[in-house]
Amino acid sequence: MDETVAEYIRRTVLKIPRDEIKAMLQKWGFLSEEQLETVNFHQIKDNISQDVVQLCEENSADIKQAAVLDMIYNHIYSNKRTWSVYQMSKRGEDTEVFDLTDFKKKFKRRLRSDLKNVTINFKEYEDNAIWIRIAWGTPYKKPNQYKTSYVVYHSQTPYVFISASVLKSNMPLLCQALVVASNYHDIREMELRSHSLNSLKDIVFKKYSQNFQSYYPRPLQERNVAPETDLRIVEENRSEKERIQRLTREAFGDGPQPKLEFAQYKLETMFKSDPTMDVLDKKEPFRCLVKFSSPHLLESLKSLAPMGMADAPLSPLLTCIPQKARNYFKIREKKGLLPGSFLSP
Amino acid sequence: HLTTSLPLPSERDHLRPRIDLIVFMIDIKSKYSLKNVEASLAHLDASFFLGKVCFLVTGVGRVNFCSVEMNAIWKLGEAYCSPVLFCELELEGIRIATAQRLLRMLQICAGHIPGVSALSFGTLMRNTADD
Repeated sequence: MDETVAEYIRRTVLKIPRDEIKAMLQKWGFLSEEQLETVNFHQIKDNISQDVVQLCEENSADIKQAAVLDMIYNHIYSNKRTWSVYQMSKRGEDTEVFDLTDFKKKFKRRLRSDLKNVTINFKEYEDNAIWIRIAWGTPYKKPNQYKTSYVVYHSQTPYVFISASVLKSNMPLLCQALVVASNYHDIREMELRSHSLNSLKDIVFKKYSQNFQSYYPRPLQERNVAPETDLRIVEENRSEKERIQRLTREAFGDGPQPKLEFAQYKLETMFKSDPTMDVLDKKEPFRCLVKFSSPHLLESLKSLAPMGMADAPLSPLLTCIPQKARNYFKIREKKGLLPGSFLSP
Repeated sequence: HLTTSLPLPSERDHLRPRIDLIVFMIDIKSKYSLKNVEASLAHLDASFFLGKVCFLVTGVGRVNFCSVEMNAIWKLGEAYCSPVLFCELELEGIRIATAQRLLRMLQICAGHIPGVSALSFGTLMRNTADD
């Protein structure tokens, strides 16, 4: 077995939390049950990984098989990567039925025609998701297995989720290959990024709880009455509290919010000041970047008004994030008579 | 009685008892809470400021998250001639001690302690704070 493959398997096993290693190796299926029985999974990880490499040596693992283990790890720990969303578009109606084998063949062919040294792995999952792992090389170097790109494609949709590696130069190649393989015409990057792949899927597939413009009758007593803490406490501003709850529910819906870590607003607006201050004598837009970050941005925005940290209703710039399926915005001056600002794509 | 801002809604005027002490709570982590308190102060009748108002600054345990300047708080206390107390609500011990202090102040303001008036007590608190 190749030295590099051994090292790669060793490092992949080291990434896995100790309690999960056995299950993941079983999922991998490359080592037999009897072989796995010989490993003591209670020793330190260093030793476990050495034992596993030893067994893989016996089975003569190659890089493709090692890559499958990496794919399994990344499928379970997809939140360790940052995912971007791309949308593909077609000219006209699609009358073709999706053929997986055809997709894989075309993808490999297109990618390999531009770049000889790539490792490509495919894995299909129950939710119609096709996972593609790509390790990039150059015409002179073997593929770097540690800098991989992952692509998740739901064949019934025009959306592709990509976790790119550092090599930005390979993106156009990857996009081309995807478009060709899936019989689309064009692909564009959406301004939507997060660590949580499932949340991104929820947003673009519209599976989060949306606020429908339906009439909300007085909330059912069982839902809204918080346990009375103490009858000696009187809340003077109950109607204000209810107004805030209502506005928050209208803006965010009732269910759990998709998990995003950032919202970024790039401002290219004119600095508005007292004309006598004359701060900027050049009439240039004031460039400013506002970034909100949180372990769970939308939930924290949702709790701002109820916790008394912001006025309700919140700015639509914040509440439109799931509906607009974007968390990177550019705000420019509104052209025309009225000064103001508007969101641009 | 709890509220997030003044003035109090007039619908409940008839249900309200006499108010003896008003504690304005400022969360040191939120500039918004200071703004809110400043806006509400404007609605309060001047007679309350004779010892029946105090400021309670919460969240002082987390030094890294301070958003409100201490200067602003001291100035507020001086401008409205009212004492400023500090506490950390997340620690049970401090929470209970603060509640006991406020309860004591309330007893004075309600006139339950003979020989001590709200005004004299307020002056006493302010003079010791200046030391």
